[in-house]
Amino acid sequence: MAESERIVITGVGLTAPNGNSLAEFRANLLAGVSGVTAIETRFMGRVLAGVCDFEETRHLGRKDRRRGTRAGSISVYCAHEALLAAGLQREQMDRSRVGTFIGITEHGTVETENEIDVIRQYDYDTKFWSHHHNPRTVANNPAGEVTINLGLTGPHYTIGAACAAGNAGLIQGVQMLRLGEVDVALAGGVSEAIHSFGIFASFASQNALAWHDDPAKASRPFDRDRSGIVVSEGGCLYVLERLRDAKRRRAPIVAEIIGYAMNSDASDPVLPDPERVAECMRGALSRASVEPADVDIVSTHATATELGDVQEAAALRQLFSDCPDVYVNNTKSYIGHAMGAAGALELAGNLGSFDDGVIHPTINCDHVDDACNVRNLVANEPKQVDRVDVILNNSFGMLGINSAVLVRRYNG
Amino acid sequence: MGHQQVKEIVLSIIEAVAPDADLSNVQSGVPLREQLDLDSMDFLDIVMELRKRYKVEVPKEDYPQLASLDSCAAYLGPKLAAVTSA
Repeated sequence: MAESERIVITGVGLTAPNGNSLAEFRANLLAGVSGVTAIETRFMGRVLAGVCDFEETRHLGRKDRRRGTRAGSISVYCAHEALLAAGLQREQMDRSRVGTFIGITEHGTVETENEIDVIRQYDYDTKFWSHHHNPRTVANNPAGEVTINLGLTGPHYTIGAACAAGNAGLIQGVQMLRLGEVDVALAGGVSEAIHSFGIFASFASQNALAWHDDPAKASRPFDRDRSGIVVSEGGCLYVLERLRDAKRRRAPIVAEIIGYAMNSDASDPVLPDPERVAECMRGALSRASVEPADVDIVSTHATATELGDVQEAAALRQLFSDCPDVYVNNTKSYIGHAMGAAGALELAGNLGSFDDGVIHPTINCDHVDDACNVRNLVANEPKQVDRVDVILNNSFGMLGINSAVLVRRYNG
Repeated sequence: MGHQQVKEIVLSIIEAVAPDADLSNVQSGVPLREQLDLDSMDFLDIVMELRKRYKVEVPKEDYPQLASLDSCAAYLGPKLAAVTSA
């Protein structure tokens, strides 16, 4: 493949419930440190959630924060940190050639719930409904706030892809670079979901909201005693560039995106289909001319729902049962389900393995559910291997959306 | 309600609407938009805070009356007094 087609990661900016930089996030994954806590939410009282504590005003003025959204502030933080890591300075970039492609599960529910609560206090008089509500709730808001903050005049939009959105943002960035539409892509996903009560209430009504007396133990993918989803906020944006351009400016190259695939189950609004999931993974592998046995880490989607984990495990067995050197892990066990940010964060947490050969485990896996049996599940303790070259990052979402991104260590 | 009190009310609202603004040298007779980085959405925020905090309504055709602190004091003084005495 020509260097103009090869796409590399040159910077990562993130906030997760257990870390506000790639280094901090990675260190806490290796140390088994969760980011889940208990919070109070409207109408539901105490729930468990992954809460981020990044410095909102590091790159964003207080007025802009007041006018914008939490998702916007997460996006601005991640964008700045990613560009800093990539060694790209705003003044030196052709900002008309920078695109912003951010995956989201949802947007607008937080602000709508807040506004209804405001007007409730005024007898539902809509004169008290904010003029900021429309710009806050248009779906492109998180990406738009990045462009306003950084003065980026290239294209921007968000991609609604349920819990596959983080991968979808990355994929869109890759595609736009290959099309020549942009020279730099800020791509990934964000979530502000914990600031809505509705998402908690809906998962609870579905009997899919996790609970544990110890919040750090609540998110238990593949475990026999899993009890459902921990909702989290977070964000992860990557700087993506064509390899030719990254080499020309001597950029720090973190890894190369060598394949991807997306497809649809076309069957059920909430229950994943192992056949389509397996087909999606195969699609990403074949695009990159990679065999299942060549994968070193499968970063799973598994959200700790009763059935979702089972379905994903079935798909993994289809591809990897005969692969003795493919290891499987999960990040939601630490940080909960970061929704639009999930896929992007979960990939980021594994990138360090290219340098040190250490595979972070999935935690809270005391007894693997027999129905979720997969070969080489790295559980509770990190696994040291000789080297890691290829990571497969899975993310699946409601309405049967599937995504897989394949990333390889950059060897030059 | 005295002019100074009204001006302090308006400055307090501006402080909430534009928390990064330096309000220490705002001149009362000069239009606010010439001294501070306030746009039309910020002025709508000021109108909303007057509504929420003081139950004062400012119709759209009266927005120019909010141009400076002095004009705010002249315009809002009677309205605030009317609400207070109600």
